[in-house]
Amino acid sequence: MSKTKITYGVMGAGVFGSVIANLISQNHKALIFSQREDALKAINIHKQIKGIQIQNNITATDDPAYFTETCTVIFVLVRSKDFRSKIQNLSKFLTPAHILIHGIKGFDLKDLNLDNLQENKSIYRDDVFTMSDVIEQETVVKRIGCISGPNLAAEINKGELAATVIASKFNEVIAIGKRALSAPNFKVFSNPDIKAVELTGALKNIMAIAAGAIDGLGYGYNAKALLISRGLSEMIWIGKTMGYSPNAFLGLAGIGDLIATCSSPTSRNFTLGYQIATEDTDFKKQEDYSKEVVEGVRTIQIINALAKTYTFRAPITQTLYKIIFEKMPIKEGIDYLMHFPLHKDVDFLEG
Amino acid sequence: MEQPNWPIFQLAQQKEAFVGQVVVDTLKSLEDTHLISGSYKRILEKTVYKERTRIKKMPWAVDPKNESKKWSNYKSQLTKLYSQSSVAESPKDKEYDILKAIVQDYAREIMGHFNYKTYKFSIRAVPVFLNRILNGISGRLFFGFFQKKKRFRDKIKIQGDIDLIKSLEKKGTLVLVPTHFSNLDSMLIGFAIYLIGLPPFIYGAGLNLFNNKIVSYFISRLGAYKLDRRKKNAIYLETLKTFSRVALQRGVHTLFFPGGTRSRTGALESKLKLGLLNTVIEAQRNNYLNENQQKIYIVPLVVSYHFVLEAPGLIKQHLKTQGKEKLYLEREKFGGFFKTIRFIYKFLSKGSSIVLSYGKPIDVFGYYVNNQGESIDQNGQKLDPQQYFTSSQKITTDKQRESQYTNALSDKIIKEFFSLNIVLSSHLVSFVAFQMIKKQFKDFDLYNMLKLDNEDTAIEYDAFKNTIERVCARIKALEAQNKIKYSKSFEFESDTLIAHGIKNVGVFHPKKVLFIDKKGRVNTQNMNTLYYYHNRLEGYMLDQYV
Repeated sequence: MSKTKITYGVMGAGVFGSVIANLISQNHKALIFSQREDALKAINIHKQIKGIQIQNNITATDDPAYFTETCTVIFVLVRSKDFRSKIQNLSKFLTPAHILIHGIKGFDLKDLNLDNLQENKSIYRDDVFTMSDVIEQETVVKRIGCISGPNLAAEINKGELAATVIASKFNEVIAIGKRALSAPNFKVFSNPDIKAVELTGALKNIMAIAAGAIDGLGYGYNAKALLISRGLSEMIWIGKTMGYSPNAFLGLAGIGDLIATCSSPTSRNFTLGYQIATEDTDFKKQEDYSKEVVEGVRTIQIINALAKTYTFRAPITQTLYKIIFEKMPIKEGIDYLMHFPLHKDVDFLEG
Repeated sequence: MEQPNWPIFQLAQQKEAFVGQVVVDTLKSLEDTHLISGSYKRILEKTVYKERTRIKKMPWAVDPKNESKKWSNYKSQLTKLYSQSSVAESPKDKEYDILKAIVQDYAREIMGHFNYKTYKFSIRAVPVFLNRILNGISGRLFFGFFQKKKRFRDKIKIQGDIDLIKSLEKKGTLVLVPTHFSNLDSMLIGFAIYLIGLPPFIYGAGLNLFNNKIVSYFISRLGAYKLDRRKKNAIYLETLKTFSRVALQRGVHTLFFPGGTRSRTGALESKLKLGLLNTVIEAQRNNYLNENQQKIYIVPLVVSYHFVLEAPGLIKQHLKTQGKEKLYLEREKFGGFFKTIRFIYKFLSKGSSIVLSYGKPIDVFGYYVNNQGESIDQNGQKLDPQQYFTSSQKITTDKQRESQYTNALSDKIIKEFFSLNIVLSSHLVSFVAFQMIKKQFKDFDLYNMLKLDNEDTAIEYDAFKNTIERVCARIKALEAQNKIKYSKSFEFESDTLIAHGIKNVGVFHPKKVLFIDKKGRVNTQNMNTLYYYHNRLEGYMLDQYV
């Protein structure tokens, strides 16, 4: 099988989509699917989108039939908020032969509305879906994978040293993902536990908000390290409650990603946390954030609701929820966390 | 009479060719999985050891007489083979010969005695035979008190889209996967297959059933092949799987109990035997590889009884072995002649009806199919399941991929079981009674609870009735979401429903599962069997409503 014959599909013409397409283009052809006219123009004509240079062997199309006929392997990189509807739209063009690999860290609630959650309604584990669940529910595709890890788009695009994890129940999907993405400066690790990898990726967004807040309050590296280690512990406990082993959390997609997002001030999650800490009387801005853009806020809402239903403790998440939604002053939140009766350093590896 | 052209009949006619194919295919897969640095030493020595141990420790009446000698012979051949430093004959050929001989013996042993003429006779004889006993005994003992005309088939209620199943029978290969509660299941289902007008299915029946001559006579003529649960060696298991796969590839309709064995707890199967299920996926892939478009359709089936003869024994076994990874030795006897007759008599003589709930047929990927046999996805579109086996547009064999498909298929079948499950009045009353007792003794663990005396287990009738109504309402709500089914008795008034349930639950157990005591309270004489019948409603989160 000659490598050059395969064209890999990329769904989503955002920054991450373009960066992944560029990564693929080092060894193969890539076809981007987008239904935004400006994006098509930017890719096909200007060869540049959102400040990212697009390689010559990358084209874009808005024709779903052409896209799915050309590409058997498709990377899905659209925001979690639009994920289900975009997959639904593509669904009738997808066949059992297709392989879908997504790179989205977040949860989907199907028909449940997050804003109704406050009104005493319980949500259950079965109401919360990862993106691979969404693909399974909406399409006939069974061979599903996910990429996750410390993948700051700008750094990857510059060709700086980086790595990612590809997770799938299917060895076949892992091999295909590796073949598509591996490059001299980009290493691809594998993990068979796709659900755990998706979960850790989503939960890490919560900690990124907390990290922003720590920076905003002017604390130093000690505090940040405290957050990262306690944050990891909390993530693992949530994962355990949901029935997953800690392995994925301790890998590149877990702690690796956690360190990167908690250190880099560029992410939306981090920025939101920073703003909460620095302008703590102005909640208007956060309101905009919580509804639209910031993935971590949705995740906080979901985990907070799950913690209520199943009565487990997730102190960092629950405190962030109180700060964002119940107007708890941030100082009080930090104070609460510092007095939280936890003393054991590592307890998540036991039992 | 003209013999129809059923694949099962062709199989019976071409027994030798069939066995031959099973042997060739088994040897091929053993080569893929067990040939370690060019030798079968490990698997051969292990098998010979295991078989000799079995012969010593678990001999059965059905075992061939020369078995012990045969395996001793293999043993000495192997010892000779591996101890010689220089051999004239190539050891590789020699060990292959031994392996082949073992596989051949196993394949022949597994193969059943299906024959069209005896099938016709047997399938007719079963109900006649049962009715004779029933009418004979009832006439004498009950002075014609109950109807002589009561016939076996009237006891069996069948639900589901039978027409769809029948139309698929002509288009593809059917795999019937029932739940398994009683030894009666295989005979009953075999008869029910005949009742709805399907050709016979082959199925694996535990070799222990063949110890009983009557049972053996019927089941072997109704399409049973032999399955020996004592033989847990890799060669036997591979031969068995290959047997099932090759039969499917030849279009022979097959029945197997995906749970592997009877439910010990009385609960619906929540874990299936993946090895056997995997053969279905493999057979479908091989069909496509051989450019044979014949599809395999899986039909889940849930059987509901008010009364499971073996319940006390099964639950006892479960409680004994729970928590310990103890190997449980299959009992040799199904019961003697009189025990069998008495059971069948008991079973038929009172209103203990059986409900068979057939599910919608699915393809091997869990998609429902229309009456043309085409797979339909969740959005109502047709799909081509063949493409699940392709890599770069070619059909390939990828065992790891198929093991994941098997897991998904297993999950789907379990889900179907739960939604097909028909709750009988007896299940409902047992569930509520057990849960109410459990709630009262919150601090007790299961074992202590089961030891409770019936002084302590009495439940006030009014409270019981209230709870029944709450749980009943929940079951009806679940039914509306297609998550469960219930029997006609659920339309009765609560008092009648309760009385019906209490009367029917485990009706012939010597100790009453439930009864109304002198003070008018609901009570039990046997916590174990109450627990058993209660388990049938496990997994629906109904305990929240108690």
